[in-house]
Amino acid sequence: MFIVVVGGGKVGYYLTRELLASGHEVVLLEKDPRRAAEIAHEIGSVVLNRDGCEGKHLAEAGANRASIVAAVTGDDEDNLVVCQMAKHHFDVPRTIARVNSPRNEALFRKLGVDEVINPTRMALGAIEQDIPVHDLLHLAQLSTGELELVEAQIEPGSPAAGRAARDLPLPEGCMLFVVIRGDVAQAVRPDTTIEAGDKLVALSRMDCQDDVRRLLIGEHEDQAPV
Amino acid sequence: MRAIIVGCGRVGAGLADALSRAGHDVTIIDVTSRAFNRLNGDFRGQAVRGDGTDEDVLHRAGAETADWFFALTEGDNRNALAAQVARDTLRIPHVVAKINDPVRAAAYRTMGLAVVCRTSMMVDVLSRALGLPGDPDAGVLTAEPVEAR
Repeated sequence: MFIVVVGGGKVGYYLTRELLASGHEVVLLEKDPRRAAEIAHEIGSVVLNRDGCEGKHLAEAGANRASIVAAVTGDDEDNLVVCQMAKHHFDVPRTIARVNSPRNEALFRKLGVDEVINPTRMALGAIEQDIPVHDLLHLAQLSTGELELVEAQIEPGSPAAGRAARDLPLPEGCMLFVVIRGDVAQAVRPDTTIEAGDKLVALSRMDCQDDVRRLLIGEHEDQAPV
Repeated sequence: MRAIIVGCGRVGAGLADALSRAGHDVTIIDVTSRAFNRLNGDFRGQAVRGDGTDEDVLHRAGAETADWFFALTEGDNRNALAAQVARDTLRIPHVVAKINDPVRAAAYRTMGLAVVCRTSMMVDVLSRALGLPGDPDAGVLTAEPVEAR
């Protein structure tokens, strides 16, 4: 596959190395001459010292025959423009943007970026997993942004504890997937009884996460019902 | 008419002064307050310090009631982002972005954004002065029609 990467910071550098190692054809665009030379010294001539936001430089990099353009600079606006140019001007089938401000995530999707990666959210998610909080853990967002995989820790007072999966009034469009009991994960069946201490992995629509949380975890102790 | 202008450079300040002088309600946004020194002494609008691509800042500038939005900073990409926040998130009826790279300007025009491109406008004017055919689209603000979104 031919992939154009824009931005030679840490993310772009390691991404390019990984892609090359797995046998892909890659061009990396980095506008800072010193940084471009540094990377070229380490991974060879796949680096072009160009500003990937400029149409003619994307053309020079071969964007019109790229399967994927990944914009991973530290500036949200640059990543957006690279993806939109790739999509609308070069008909690139798949565009990926790194966003740094969580607020831009939904906007970028709406504006046609196929995949939006938010390192801030990922770091928050990873940290949340290590901190016991009585809330849903956000595991992964599915590509459309409307569905999310969430994990709930079932505590003794949880409304779901002691009930069979089929008896839980989950909102439409949400489903339980997997129950992790001890170290064993198994698929949730209609007759699976949820027990305190379980971890439940569920697919939830974004707009019914409050309902899912109330059902699996209960109300926040320190927070009035919304 | 209420207008929001992002970027208090020469173009932004010039437009803000002109609108203010004509009695319109103008809010101008820039990241540095020193930029506001470019405004005339008799400027009667509001000046807001902040990042014009940030929704919160735009709300503070009264985006809900704006009729026009102009993204006129020195950065093409910042303008493209600000303009799309204004159009798609804040639903401001008339949105214009300054994009000086002609390739990017053309691409955004086909995406339905009203674009001014200094480069093509100057090339057009100079070409005509030299008796060459100009670029009929160079100074045209109207974006191509957008499909319903």
